[in-house]
Amino acid sequence: MVETQQRQSVFSFGYSRSADQDSARPVRHPVIIVGAGPVGLAAGIDLAQRGVPVVILDDADRIGEGSRGLCYSKRCLEVLDTLGAGEAVAEKGVEWKVGKVYFKDREVYEFDLLPDAGHKMPAFVNLQQYYLENYLVERVEQLDEVTVRWRNKLTGVAQDTDGVTIDIETPDGPYQLRADWLIAADGANSTLRKLMDIEFVGETFRDQFLIADIKMDADFPAVRRFWFEPPFHDGQSTLLHKQPDGVWRVDFQIGWDADPKEETKPEKVRARLDKMMEGRPYELEWLSVYTFQCRRNERFVYDRVIFTGDAAHQVSPFGARGANSGIEDSHNLAWKLALVLKGEAPASLLESYDLERIQAAETNIGHSTRSTDFLVPKSPGDKRLRDAVLDLAVEFPFARRMVNSGRLHTAAHYDSPLSTPDTEDFGGTAKLGDPAPDAPMTDASGKDVWLLNALSRDFTLLHVTNGAAPNVPEGVSLITIGEDLKDKSGLFAKRYDAMPGACYLLRPDQYLTARFRSFDRDRVEAAIARAKGATHG
Amino acid sequence: MADLDTSSRFDNPDAAFQLVVDAHRALDAEASAEFNARLVLLLANHIGDMDVLKQAVEAAAKTAR
Ligand SMILES: Cc1cc2nc3c(=O)[nH]c(=O)nc-3n(C[C@H](O)[C@H](O)[C@H](O)COP(=O)(O)OP(=O)(O)OC[C@H]3O[C@@H](n4cnc5c(N)ncnc54)[C@H](O)[C@@H]3O)c2cc1C
Repeated sequence: MVETQQRQSVFSFGYSRSADQDSARPVRHPVIIVGAGPVGLAAGIDLAQRGVPVVILDDADRIGEGSRGLCYSKRCLEVLDTLGAGEAVAEKGVEWKVGKVYFKDREVYEFDLLPDAGHKMPAFVNLQQYYLENYLVERVEQLDEVTVRWRNKLTGVAQDTDGVTIDIETPDGPYQLRADWLIAADGANSTLRKLMDIEFVGETFRDQFLIADIKMDADFPAVRRFWFEPPFHDGQSTLLHKQPDGVWRVDFQIGWDADPKEETKPEKVRARLDKMMEGRPYELEWLSVYTFQCRRNERFVYDRVIFTGDAAHQVSPFGARGANSGIEDSHNLAWKLALVLKGEAPASLLESYDLERIQAAETNIGHSTRSTDFLVPKSPGDKRLRDAVLDLAVEFPFARRMVNSGRLHTAAHYDSPLSTPDTEDFGGTAKLGDPAPDAPMTDASGKDVWLLNALSRDFTLLHVTNGAAPNVPEGVSLITIGEDLKDKSGLFAKRYDAMPGACYLLRPDQYLTARFRSFDRDRVEAAIARAKGATHG
Repeated sequence: MADLDTSSRFDNPDAAFQLVVDAHRALDAEASAEFNARLVLLLANHIGDMDVLKQAVEAAAKTAR
């Protein structure tokens, strides 16, 4: 995203000198993360919670360059919940699950992203990105193993067989650090990507959007509303989202030739908004113009430098896949890196990060590209077909399903060598290579708990009680469904197609990696070894 | 895999062709193109088979002058 315009900082943090800056030789850390955006912060917390000491560097000393990211998906919230920030985000955010699409002055399509009850987290919440980042910084401050060094700008990188040396600039002058592993979370304009001469290949769309965050008293519902060619914005698209604090996000398509300077003049923006808001008073909070790209690095792992978030891949905002998928990157990486650092898995396990997260990036880029193509047709024929879909959608349900105003982020699925292929039939919504579906449970003392909150940070085996006590391998947490957790609602049984004796092996990132109709220690051991990268091929 | 049926399928091909032509007769070039876009999408959905659709797209591309 190329952003222009007014920046306001919402939360500031001070620079403080680190003892490492006084060392004659570069001090070595197991993991250094470059970038304290949502992705770098999430990675830092995740690793720290797994006992890995982490240093995060950020060139700024503040959060809040406008609200930017705004819609956080159910899976992202579930990951944030494991980091100790999910409840704060869900509580502060505006929940929504329904999207409405309009063409001209008519509603043509409505979708419901989570028609099914019995999950802790909602389909989506909207929240200004600076709040998310601030909750993550607050969490970092509670953890001894992770610190953020503000106003530490990475300016150079060199790697050899056993580590990475980096150059850093600070208000006190330059210093160097060594890391076993360096995580690049330095955003779409990644310094590391440039220094390492990595190509960022993909597509740029020939259009621009004007974003306005406005403060307004309005009783509009908390639904995502998207207009194609509304009467109030001649011929172009508009998107409206509700945010906390009485703030609304409006995105106006303004075309490739529009001049960002001109378009962000308050009087010009007001002229557009006045037509849309029909006389309701509002205040302008933040304005920006962006263009969009869909692209990625060819690989995400370059020996000891690992790319995550926008530094690794970039999508258009339609579909809310940027921060959501970046946070999934961090969650996929953290447990693997922790096992490698503890000597419990070979470094080759990290190849599965590359493979799984490139699969996810391809899916995200595919969806984002198709949505953006629908919004920004590339030829007259393209536009005609798009308009034909919209015209037909007014009357015919089949065409409504072709209307694409953004296919919103859902959890990544991995076709992964780490998974043990099913040898027995399983129905239900749980799928191998997907995150474990949540379910409402009660614990042994009768207290209501959510299944996902009961999982450990290590491998977990869910075993459906049949009287036997499975003798699980060391390092695996056993949860007996029917004893440790009871399934009063029956939703666990339904979602997992559970029968007495069945067991489900979950990775430390909650992904279902193997399942069996009955417990067999050898099979479980083999599945764990495989998920740790031992036998893959 | 289903195949695109390119054999002649109407009892009265002239009438079928005329039906579509009549729908275009009063339209200018743009309206006619828009009409075709709607018609294509309706028929594609009726067929509802990606293999057949793909073959039809290829056949149409191949026969361009
Ligand atoms: C208008 C808009 C709407 C969006 N809407 C959504 C949405 O609804 N949902 C969603 O999921 N995503 C959304 N996104 C995308 C989301 O904002 C990004 O995907 C997300 O911020 C990426 O996080 P990151 O941590 O990878 O990078 P960033 O947030 O860009 O963070 C990178 C950090 O690295 C620091 N840094 C950079 N270079 C250096 C250096 N050399 N040394 C030290 N530090 C450095 C920067 O200061 C920054 O703090 C939207 C984006 C825009 C612009």
